[in-house]
Amino acid sequence: MKEERPSGPAAAAILAAAVGVFVIGLLTTLNEAVDGLSRYLNWWSPAGPLTGKTGVGVIVWLLTWAALGARYRGASVDMGRIARWSWLLILLGLLLTFPPVFERFAGE
Amino acid sequence: MQVSARELWTVLHGLIFGSVFLAAFAGGLAGLYSLRPELATVQGVQERIRRLTAGTWVMALIAWITVISGTYIVYPWYRARPPENADLTFFPRAYLLAKPSTAAWHTFGMEWKEHVGWFAPILATAVAFVVAYYGPQLAREDRVRRTTLWLFVVAFATAGVAGLFGAFLNKIAPIR
Repeated sequence: MKEERPSGPAAAAILAAAVGVFVIGLLTTLNEAVDGLSRYLNWWSPAGPLTGKTGVGVIVWLLTWAALGARYRGASVDMGRIARWSWLLILLGLLLTFPPVFERFAGE
Repeated sequence: MQVSARELWTVLHGLIFGSVFLAAFAGGLAGLYSLRPELATVQGVQERIRRLTAGTWVMALIAWITVISGTYIVYPWYRARPPENADLTFFPRAYLLAKPSTAAWHTFGMEWKEHVGWFAPILATAVAFVVAYYGPQLAREDRVRRTTLWLFVVAFATAGVAGLFGAFLNKIAPIR
């Protein structure tokens, strides 16, 4: 019988994905709330600040995955806790990318 | 019968890549839902996990192709600024914003779609990794399997929002 695999690497993948989508949501709202931020998020003018918002989200996701993957390698973690944190981050990410929510933070 | 390069890319982005992701969802969902020891034999789980691993990786790849082609190829045509006195029907964003009756298609529909659509490939990649990592053991890890299943549902829902608004937007203000 094959050895059981520990939950750490799966937890790292799930939590990192949640962090990635939360960062996209956070930057979507911050882009409305903070004057001048869109200049820094505009990585490629034809597509505008969307490139930076999603680009930073993807980079943070991959770095978080690498960091958590290293930390949880070979370990078993409390998947219930990881799932709760992941769902909270995903829910916040969804809220922060919902136009009626992020438009509330838009400057005049 | 002619199709411009812009129309072709719009079709590839939404109707081919996006639709394949959405259509494949049902198979993946059924696979994850039924991946339980009480519903399948050991051989059944092994056979199912091979299909599920390949299917979820292909879906993640297609989701990435969809958002990258959408953001870096189609979206610049959508948001291009028109020169003065230009025919706005060639500039979808400006065309929608020009009339109060259509502005919400951009301020709500496009603004939601362009951001939330990026959730799908990230979540789908996490799902594919977890399925591949655990293999048949996933059938015995009920909490992880249920979390993965719901991540898969959220990935589908976000792709669905993006796809639905994409279809409406391309009907109301097509990219030419």
